[in-house]
Amino acid sequence: METLLFVLFGGTAAVGALAVVLSQNVVRMAFYLVISLGSTAGLFFMLGADFVGATQLLIYVGGTVVLLIFGVMLTASGPFITIKTAPSQVIIASVVGLAFFGVLFLTVLQVDWNANSARLESEYSASSLERIGYNEANVGNTARSLGAAFLGARFDEDLGRDRKELSSGYLLPFEIISVHLLVVLVGAAYLARAKRRVTRIEEE
Amino acid sequence: MNEIALEGYLGIGALLFVCGVLCMATKRNGIGVLMGVELVLNGANVNFVAFSKFGTLGLDGQIASMFVIVLAAAEAAVALAIALNFYNNHLTIDVDRANELKG
Repeated sequence: METLLFVLFGGTAAVGALAVVLSQNVVRMAFYLVISLGSTAGLFFMLGADFVGATQLLIYVGGTVVLLIFGVMLTASGPFITIKTAPSQVIIASVVGLAFFGVLFLTVLQVDWNANSARLESEYSASSLERIGYNEANVGNTARSLGAAFLGARFDEDLGRDRKELSSGYLLPFEIISVHLLVVLVGAAYLARAKRRVTRIEEE
Repeated sequence: MNEIALEGYLGIGALLFVCGVLCMATKRNGIGVLMGVELVLNGANVNFVAFSKFGTLGLDGQIASMFVIVLAAAEAAVALAIALNFYNNHLTIDVDRANELKG
């Protein structure tokens, strides 16, 4: 069952990503991007990251891609829907892409991940690696631990552990990213505001 | 349970990453380049969450992927605003013609 779901979601994500690259029509690219990102959310659910998967669906598919689609709609006038890439560039890009993917994939296959994690567990004391609060079965229910970690409390690391020091949380990055989002939204609104232009610069 | 080990997810992540890089490199439509960036960030996210389950990363991998998702949203908003500005000024979205960006 898990293999079937992995093949389904992973295959859809891979085919969607390939279709984004191969398609020349920008509207279809947006559609394939939705498919690819949505099945990646399925992969996240399979990995037991339920909150990340839900966030992927809500923010990525529901927010970012909709923003991109609005961009497509606002800029897709006539000839700009399909801008062809030159065939020579397509050939070069496919060669480079295949080589790059070959390097990455062979690297993934070459590393002995089990031995690696065993080595990590032996190097660091086992006490720092057994995740008591983090749901031994590794199935879902991560929302509360994630939220507490963002606020600086690591329930997943510290609960039931008789250590003096506490693990570090992510309160400062969380605050920084909040301010960053605010600045970015103000900046985006400033950049994209409707300007009254007296003369349009005609290029052709 | 562990039929699909880490390698499968890392392979999917690598494929998404390569597709994103190719998309950034070959697309001439500015919005298409943005879609390539989204694919790259998504491939990195798959790796983060996969290591969060199979590796010793624990919940930290999921936290990193949450940060990546939020930053991707912010980046898309700003880049889209710049693209719209570019389109308003130059009446094209072809990035090959973006050799003068002085508004």
